[in-house]
Amino acid sequence: MSQTPPIVSVLPTRGLVDEKFKVLVENLPPGRPVTVRSLHHSDNDHYWEAFGFYTSDHRGTVNVSKDQSVGGTYTGKEPMGLLWSMCPVPGSHKGLRLRKLNMCSPMLVNISVHSGHEGFRDGAPLASVLVERWYMAPGVKRIDVQEKGLLGTLFLPPGPGPFPGILDLWGGGGGLVEYRSALLASHGFATMSLDYLSCGQPVFTYVETAFNFIKDHPQVIADRVGVVGLCLGSLPALYLAADSTVVKPRCTVCISCFAIYPSDRVLSGSFEEITSLSGNIPVDENNLERWKDVGLGLLSGSLRKVNMEKVTSPLLLVSGCDDQNWPSFETAEDITQTMRAAGNDHLLSRLDYPDSGHLIEPPFSPHFRASTFVTTNKRKAMILWGGQTKPHSDAQEDSWRKILSFLQQHLCCSLNAKL
Amino acid sequence: MDRKKCCVQLSVHPSRGLMDEKFIVRVQKVLPGCQLTVHALHQCEDRNSWEAFGHYTTDASGTVNVSQDTSLGGTYSGVEAMGLLWSLRPVPGSKPGLRLRKKNVQTPMEVTISVYQGHQTEGFVDQVPLASVLVERWYMAPGVRRIPITEEGLTATLFLPAGPGPFPGVLDLWGGGGQLVEYRAALLASHGFASLALDYLTCKITLETGKMVDNQYFETAYRVLQQHPQVLGSRMAMLGFSLGTSFTFKMAVYSQVIKLRCAVCIGGSHVQPIDGPPKEMLTYFNRNASKIRCSEKNEIILRDVFQPTADPSFKVDMGRLQCPLLLVVGEDDQSWPASEAAKDIKEMMERAGNSHLLTILSYPKTGHLIEPPYIPHARASIFRTIGTREKLMFLWGGQTVEHSHAQEDAWMKILVFLRENLYGGTNPGATL
Repeated sequence: MSQTPPIVSVLPTRGLVDEKFKVLVENLPPGRPVTVRSLHHSDNDHYWEAFGFYTSDHRGTVNVSKDQSVGGTYTGKEPMGLLWSMCPVPGSHKGLRLRKLNMCSPMLVNISVHSGHEGFRDGAPLASVLVERWYMAPGVKRIDVQEKGLLGTLFLPPGPGPFPGILDLWGGGGGLVEYRSALLASHGFATMSLDYLSCGQPVFTYVETAFNFIKDHPQVIADRVGVVGLCLGSLPALYLAADSTVVKPRCTVCISCFAIYPSDRVLSGSFEEITSLSGNIPVDENNLERWKDVGLGLLSGSLRKVNMEKVTSPLLLVSGCDDQNWPSFETAEDITQTMRAAGNDHLLSRLDYPDSGHLIEPPFSPHFRASTFVTTNKRKAMILWGGQTKPHSDAQEDSWRKILSFLQQHLCCSLNAKL
Repeated sequence: MDRKKCCVQLSVHPSRGLMDEKFIVRVQKVLPGCQLTVHALHQCEDRNSWEAFGHYTTDASGTVNVSQDTSLGGTYSGVEAMGLLWSLRPVPGSKPGLRLRKKNVQTPMEVTISVYQGHQTEGFVDQVPLASVLVERWYMAPGVRRIPITEEGLTATLFLPAGPGPFPGVLDLWGGGGQLVEYRAALLASHGFASLALDYLTCKITLETGKMVDNQYFETAYRVLQQHPQVLGSRMAMLGFSLGTSFTFKMAVYSQVIKLRCAVCIGGSHVQPIDGPPKEMLTYFNRNASKIRCSEKNEIILRDVFQPTADPSFKVDMGRLQCPLLLVVGEDDQSWPASEAAKDIKEMMERAGNSHLLTILSYPKTGHLIEPPYIPHARASIFRTIGTREKLMFLWGGQTVEHSHAQEDAWMKILVFLRENLYGGTNPGATL
């Protein structure tokens, strides 16, 4: 064994969460089996790890971007496997989900190299580096929004502006989820996250107010505001795109789409309402709640759907075909049929990903097939989201690039801009 | 506000990088064949503003890529990926003789990169750019630890790389201005070397007693570094710059305590009284003060003071050196006769039969201040050495373009040299 330790280097050491990195290990003895491991201590005090088994080449080098991992939490040539294949360390609680709460600090990931493969935990790491992963680019400003009864966070890109704007709506877990907005601002969009579930007001008027707040902001280009919604958030997003007579988004993105109106306009009652309509939530063989079947029942039921024939601006639907939480693919099919019949399907683009689940997040975020979830009526459940890790992670990477491209195409001016 | 301005997309990757990392600056979504100015603005710690800019024309896809396209003018021209940093200069109206140096290495250097319409040369602060982004440049990689060292009378700062270690150690010495200059040691630690920045001129002992340190001070620093639990005591190096090279040469050859795997000397000379404590250097300097010249702009030229002569009692006997040595020489060095010293060292080592240990990197049109890359070149600046009470304008030499290229090349080679000698057996050909 060499007297000097191996050298681990990562480029860049400080990157945005959607940027790729290159991990290189040098100064190993040649032909040595080693494990490259990532370790992260989350904001809510859990430990997450990923690891790949490698063998150093004749120069004593392992290049994670080019070499094959032969085992671990990921296999094959996977430059970003150390992030997307992360899972809770052995001994952790079940059903954990990794989400960053504080946008102003980076996610810290320790990348280390260990001797051997299966028994790598038995020894101390040979060398390690620390890597920062940021949701906010330098110069992005985070602003609490508490006017007009709104509860939100606005992220403004650096520079003089004005910028295209985005209203960012998360799903049924509620709260103020900021990370996608921060990342969109790092890509040049003035983006606001909105807590629309605890406002206690009729949701659809509330999101119209939020949309107008963004539109009227001095650093936002008024006719270039779009909406991004995930899961339950896609319902108010589609309302704005279709049924709203007050606002018209320039474009809309819905991920894991939900397009049925609950009869209670407050929306936060929808979970109770849905359960009461359909009886108990079915569970699978592992006792995980499978909401998809409830959703399928509702799709063919009598509840009112969003009037998709009224959509007059581009719409992108992103679905995981193995979504076990909501029939996103079936909803997307249903919407396609409606729009085709109405003659406005030229506005519709779809991204459907086989073996991907419900939680299609920004790239390199770990995949969770199931996790604990607290519904809006404070019930704690273990929910099946679906998806297989590798296809789901590929879907996250692919869809994010295409979502950004879609937003840039419709919210930034065309290429024929004259200076 | 013209809403069409939203079209211009400006990006810098990485937006947070180390000081010696390259970045890629791209401007997109403009019409083809448009004239643009890409501009960098930095306000340094002493509140002076620095700027650089390049003139570009967008290609057929309406894009400018600073790493690939040609700057047609500005503070730099040609294909220069990092021109926006190394050609930074004080904005019009600034005091003369400024030099850009970071004192606090725990925060990043922040640079605002903007794009303006047309080919502009002035008045940037009065205009609204089409777009701008903020870029951070760090001396410390994440996880690098900064530890002040005051034991055994030292005034020093230790930078430890991230990870369990142990790491090879580097003793880092600056020049005649004194102070505790940390940035190079911080950057070395970001590359895997436990580095000790040492103040040997304005240290606590000297400030309190009025006396210069003795030779043991350097040996103490070496010992403290070597004995640190996270340092590989058998893999130590010294890196000296300017006056720091004098002590590096002396310790490398004569010290019974200091045993180096290798040494790096930048912009210096082996000429010194070889007996006696460091204050003899000051005596030698004063004795040769008549050799100090002035340029036609009244800038002080020191280079003749430490010129090699035939007298062996005033030269470190380089024939006795037992470890690899890398000499970095600016051929236009107006402060130290680095070229002449390198030539003399080579001759001594060839006569003694140890010249296989010597590597000389000699750069034309390069001055004295050979810094880590992308730090702006200063041909002259206001400076105070320990020998003078007042701040005076010193001539360092060098032409900006060649000097900046030399900094980049030399730093890369210094890192490879340290890696090969301290980590040993590493093939430097592996690249990310």
